[in-house]
This record gives sequence, structure tokens and C-alpha cells, in this order.
Amino acid sequence: MTATILSTVTAAFLASFVEVVEAFTIVLAVGLTRGWRPAFLGTGLALLLLVALVLVFGPLLTLIPIHWVQFVVGTLLILFGLRWLRKAILRAVGVIGLHDEAKAFAMETEELQRHAADQRADFIAGLAAFKAVLLEGVEVIFIVVAVGATRGLTLYAGLGALAAFVAVLVIGLVVHRPLSRVPENALKFVVGLMLTSFGIFWTGEGLGAQWPGADLALIGIFAVMVVASAAILATARSLRIKEAAA
Amino acid sequence: MKLLRAIVDEVLGMFIDDGALAAFSVVLIAIATAIALLLPIPALWSGLLLLIGCVVLLAWSVLRAVRR
Repeated sequence: MTATILSTVTAAFLASFVEVVEAFTIVLAVGLTRGWRPAFLGTGLALLLLVALVLVFGPLLTLIPIHWVQFVVGTLLILFGLRWLRKAILRAVGVIGLHDEAKAFAMETEELQRHAADQRADFIAGLAAFKAVLLEGVEVIFIVVAVGATRGLTLYAGLGALAAFVAVLVIGLVVHRPLSRVPENALKFVVGLMLTSFGIFWTGEGLGAQWPGADLALIGIFAVMVVASAAILATARSLRIKEAAA
Repeated sequence: MKLLRAIVDEVLGMFIDDGALAAFSVVLIAIATAIALLLPIPALWSGLLLLIGCVVLLAWSVLRAVRR
């Protein structure tokens, strides 16, 4: 059980960290360009809406049989995890560009400055913060529910996400600029591995599979995914070098 | 309305990036489900199929994108 709690908290923390960093970049751009009032208003309203969503939809999960929850959540985690893993590998080998927080910050700042003379400039800025927090927050909620709900560990997953929120906030307050030095792609790679492993494990359990070693099988699945993904990454890298040389 | 659209796009985008990868993942899960429900073998085989299938699909999707 300890291994499950630890992996749940770690997955929720790392995945949420990536999402919160992205939201923070936009809120920071709003705060530094238009002042902190619209930034905090937009952020606060989005957080309230997210809490309302959790309060409305959270209890519904308890009404669904656990095997169904495992199967549906597992399926969604496989889709979500494979997507992150694929993207992280393609970014690592240079097929698609790395996500750049400094660039995202510059683009948002430019957009806000374009509306500086607009009478609704503060409203637009607040809306930008609201949208960023809401959209990234929806992903955080999914991650928390997905990694926590199937074993009744939503509270632990929530604590992991909260820790990520506090960590980004503290680091952000200290450095006072976009967190562009966060190794986002490496984090996405690890989170992709974890979420895909959770997805395979839960979907299997939802189908009635008795994994050898029960919850410890999760570590075995994770190990297989790590080795396989490292091999895929190495193959993709050498293929890219060959294609570039040809 | 724009915001609602953005939320829907974001939620869909959470699961679908490479459409073929998402589609084949769903097919893989459907096959694993059919095996668990219809064949008189332990459901663990469906779990193992999921594990191997996910690795194969990931490799196929990544290498296909690199070759493009």
C-alpha cells in the first residue's frame, strides 16, 4: 500500500507541477503587464469554478462500481499517458519543438500590451488568467481523480497536486519570472511513463486481471515501460540522425 | 461560448494528439476486453496484452512521426 500511495502522490505532484508551471506563466504575464488585481481575480474565479466542478462531479464517482471506474479511468490514463510519452520522446529527438515558458510569457505579454489602450484591458487580462488557470486546472483535476479514485487515494493525489501548486508559487515568488528552467520535457517523460503504467494496471484490474504481487505489479509495469521507452527513444534518435545524414 | 469551446478542445486534447495512436489504443483496449470477457483464460492475459500493445503502439507512433 505504501508503494501505491507513494506512486500516487509522486504522479499527481509531477503531472500537476507541469500544468501549474504553464498556468503560472500566463498569470505572471498578466500580473506584470496589467497589475495583480486582474491576475488574482481571474485566478481566484477559476479556482472557485474548479472547486465547484470537483464538488459536483466528485461524489458521482462513488456511485459507479469500482470495476467500471478502474476500467474507464485506466483507459483514459492509457490515452493520456501515451500522448505525453510520445510528445516527450518526439521533443527529445527534436521532431517537435520544446515547450518554452519564456516564449509563452513573451507572447502573452505582447498580446496584453496590444490591448493596453482598450477600455476592457483589465477584463481581457483577467480573462486570460482565468482561462489559463481553468484549462490547466481541468487537467490537474483529471490527473488527481485518475490516479487517486481507483484506490480511494484521491486525498493523497490532491495533496500531491497541492504541493505542486505551492512549490510553483514559492519558486515563482522568489524568481519572479517564468519558470523556463524547469526540465519540463523530462518531467513529461516521467509522468507519461507513470500515467501509462497506472492506466495499464487499472484497465487490467477493471477487466478482472489478478496482477502477480498485487499493487507491486505496478512497479514491474513501470519498469517495462521505462526500458521500452528508453529503447524507443534511442531508436528514434538514431533514425533521426540517419535521416539527417541522408 | 469561446471559453466553453476552449475547455472542450482542452479536454479532448488531453487524450488525443496523434489521432491514429488514440484510435489504435482504443482498439487495443477493446480487443483486451473481448479476450477477458469471451475466452476461458485468466484475465491477466488481457493485462499483459495491454502492456505489450501499449509498447508496440508507442514505438509505431513515434517512429512513424520521425520518418515523416
